[in-house]
Amino acid sequence: MEVKDVCKIVDAQLHTPSREKECKIEKAFSSDLMSDVLTLLTDNLLLITGLNNIQTVRTAEMGDICHILFVRGKQPSEKMIELAKEQQIVLMSTSYSMFKASGLLWAAGLSPVY
Amino acid sequence: MHFEFEIEAGDFSNAGYASSQIKKILKQLNLPNNVVKKAVVALFESEVNVIGHSFGGTVAIDVENDRLHILVSDTGPGIEDVDLAMSEGYSTATKEIQEMGFGAGMGLPNIKKNTDYLDIRSQAGDHTEIEMLIHFNQESAKDRQS
Repeated sequence: MEVKDVCKIVDAQLHTPSREKECKIEKAFSSDLMSDVLTLLTDNLLLITGLNNIQTVRTAEMGDICHILFVRGKQPSEKMIELAKEQQIVLMSTSYSMFKASGLLWAAGLSPVY
Repeated sequence: MHFEFEIEAGDFSNAGYASSQIKKILKQLNLPNNVVKKAVVALFESEVNVIGHSFGGTVAIDVENDRLHILVSDTGPGIEDVDLAMSEGYSTATKEIQEMGFGAGMGLPNIKKNTDYLDIRSQAGDHTEIEMLIHFNQESAKDRQS
């Protein structure tokens, strides 16, 4: 799945360059718990989260996660966008809930980690 | 090669800065991706612990022939029961740590999972030292041990 597909499926806004060529989205993981996210060894992952702070971007950086989708209308701050661009992480946001966004993406063929 | 970074207590907005700098260094040294990932996850969890639970400290990393040697040390107040702290789900996290998405009692077990050797030296009222080893060439590491 590509970033443009995710944006279309969950009506998401893109906050950074999409990096379509460099990094694909193969699986997704939904969590607000960053310690849980750090246990994952999966590549090409989309993180779906309602945790909207700089540590979400830092966690993605440490876990080599290229894509983050913020749910429930959470908008990343300028500082988060700046760090994400520096670390080449794609940020998106949707007004949908975590449950709805996860369900729609799963139904569209995006695989879960577990 | 030796690198050292200071970690300030309570500086939540900069949590991850030291781990990020170390990640850059390890990538520049062309270490395998899985080794870099294990090291930075262990470092990031440690950094969050130092910021949230201690009076401040340092993280020191030595890149040796076949392994990374990491020492995270703080100036207190120490861990009362290390065995209990190692058990998954046990946490003394503050609200600030939980707001960052941490504090579910997974930090130390996650550090253990990502390292080949982990030693936590601490006692209540004293400092804490966390020593970690990550091998990046298992064959040469075994050769050295034999």
